[in-house]
Amino acid sequence: MAKTASAFAVGLLFGLGLLVSGMADPAKVLAFLDVTGRWDPSLALVMAGAVAISAAGYRLARRRGRPLLAPRLDVPTRRDLDGRLFAGAAIFGLGWGLAGLCPGPALTILTLAPAEAVTFVAAMVAGMLLFRLVPAARLKPTAALGADT
Amino acid sequence: MEGFTPVSAILGGAMIGGSASLLLILNGRIAGISGILGGILAPPSRETAWRAAFVAGLVLAPLAYAGLEGSLPPVTVEASFPLLILAGLLVGFGARLGSGCTSGHGVCGIGRGSPRSLAATGIFMTVAVLTVLVMRHLVGA
Repeated sequence: MAKTASAFAVGLLFGLGLLVSGMADPAKVLAFLDVTGRWDPSLALVMAGAVAISAAGYRLARRRGRPLLAPRLDVPTRRDLDGRLFAGAAIFGLGWGLAGLCPGPALTILTLAPAEAVTFVAAMVAGMLLFRLVPAARLKPTAALGADT
Repeated sequence: MEGFTPVSAILGGAMIGGSASLLLILNGRIAGISGILGGILAPPSRETAWRAAFVAGLVLAPLAYAGLEGSLPPVTVEASFPLLILAGLLVGFGARLGSGCTSGHGVCGIGRGSPRSLAATGIFMTVAVLTVLVMRHLVGA
């Protein structure tokens, strides 16, 4: 119960951060990605701020050891680079560049731009389900499914 | 440069990083949105409830924003509906195949110094920039 309540509060804070930073606005994301046009560098600062704090949080979590509400830290440990990672990141980048939407912002703006966001999220869920249907063997079977970050 | 908003960008970024840190320190979990959403789509387990609660927090964030700020943030979706469907399919499939998205790789993974996340973020940023270049300046869509 406490784990669920904390996840809700933390999700709320994540969404607020996306809204405050401008990262939840696809037009602003595209303006950041449009480096040869009227470039808006804001999102570089969003990333810098987020990475700096998450790096500090990670060091703190590692030093503390056991999380407050869970038996252990559940953090990806793989360090190898493989074709699945490269192909997945490239496909993701293509989709992100086409609409300016990635998973967090898409969920956060469901009530702000309902028609567009529901369409995108439905397609995104379909894409995730499609991935579950594809036999792992055909996709360079080096990774354990479900071990996602 | 146009519409540059450095203060709100750093503040919002710090909130995102703070949220990722809290999820790790409290629940011991990585704030990767595609992983969390993908986990909800898997058969129900003991992990389903917190994942659904996290997503509910994201979805209700505009309400909290309106309560604190007194107005709603600007959101402009320029993409057409067919393009949104294509983009959504690619984002969903690609994030699962590549084991993460902007949050899991870009924020949490880079914060941990993960070589996989550094590589993935470099690739998806480069491909996204090239996609916008082609769409806006070559195709003119």
